[in-house]
Amino acid sequence: MKPVQILNFAAVLVFGVLVGHHCSRAPAHKFIDAPVGSVAVPTTTQTSHSIDALRRGAALTTEPESLPLARVENADIRRARNYPMQPPTIPHAIDGYQVDQHANRCMLCHGQTNSAQFQAPPVSVTHYMDRDSQVLAEISPRRYFCVQCHVVQTDAAPLVANTYTGADDILTPTPATGE
Amino acid sequence: MTWRDRILGIWRLFNSPSRHHSLMFLTLGGFIAGIVFWGAFNTTLEATNTETFCTSCHEMKNNVFAELKSTIHYSNRSGVRATCPDCHVPHQWTSKIARKMQASKEVWGKLFGTIDTREKFLNHRRELAEHEWARLKANDSLECRNCDNYSSMDITRQSPRAGAIHERHLLSGDKTCIDCHKGIAHQLPDMAGVPQG
Repeated sequence: MKPVQILNFAAVLVFGVLVGHHCSRAPAHKFIDAPVGSVAVPTTTQTSHSIDALRRGAALTTEPESLPLARVENADIRRARNYPMQPPTIPHAIDGYQVDQHANRCMLCHGQTNSAQFQAPPVSVTHYMDRDSQVLAEISPRRYFCVQCHVVQTDAAPLVANTYTGADDILTPTPATGE
Repeated sequence: MTWRDRILGIWRLFNSPSRHHSLMFLTLGGFIAGIVFWGAFNTTLEATNTETFCTSCHEMKNNVFAELKSTIHYSNRSGVRATCPDCHVPHQWTSKIARKMQASKEVWGKLFGTIDTREKFLNHRRELAEHEWARLKANDSLECRNCDNYSSMDITRQSPRAGAIHERHLLSGDKTCIDCHKGIAHQLPDMAGVPQG
């Protein structure tokens, strides 16, 4: 095998391990995590008893009009985590960021060495650990692909309703969120 | 007739006054011939300075040009775009001629197929990229600034992050565009050991 093929194979292997690891740990509600102040879901979606939220309740014989493309929020204001172990969301656009076997654009600013220069939050030391908790000099291969856990947020309305309540809210309910 | 005599003969021909042609013919003829020569030279030069010319080679069309297409320098909201020579050939004449003379090595590479497959191109990418980084670093990212000029840049209309970084590092002059924006229009090579930012 050529070195490139070996690298590709290794990348796929690492990716597979990462996905498996991630799915076994991450709570499912992470994926339907609604941004604060999001638009309420149309009632038609909920009353149609359908999981077909992408069609927004439109009958199969009709073609619903496409929603406008959502814009990525680019305000650079850090969002609160909805539960303690939530990977922080990305508060800026990441269009065209190259993250592959050759380069990692995210680590240009979020690496430990450059974070002071760009005033970006450095990735925590856990990102430098391999699975035996050995701290490496560079970001651990299993943490390399940032958007597996950290994602941008858009202004799109959520497709399905979300009643998730965090542990903090259960222990000490905030008056503002009570209806 | 020996070689020495022939060369001396040619020298004498050019070194002696014209026997049959008038001074007006020689000066005006030389002037007109000069215009024709210069026009032809510059037209050819400009013809090699177009994206059509660059992408007439599959090395450029299938690698770097294909990668450019998804970036903001090819497709964006206002429709202003950069072509290959806008960034890769100096606009000022003497620097342009110097770059064109360097490019004769690229003709050599084309003739002998130095990067005529994707694999060969990827193997050479780091070296090729380093040439461009060095060139842009040396001229303070001149080709970037031909369009993206800091004095016309309204940082209040940039994202807060971009505005702050530009103000801190670009305004003060301690960094130039290419220091942070490597890979802005093409994919990066293996960046191991390349200082970034």
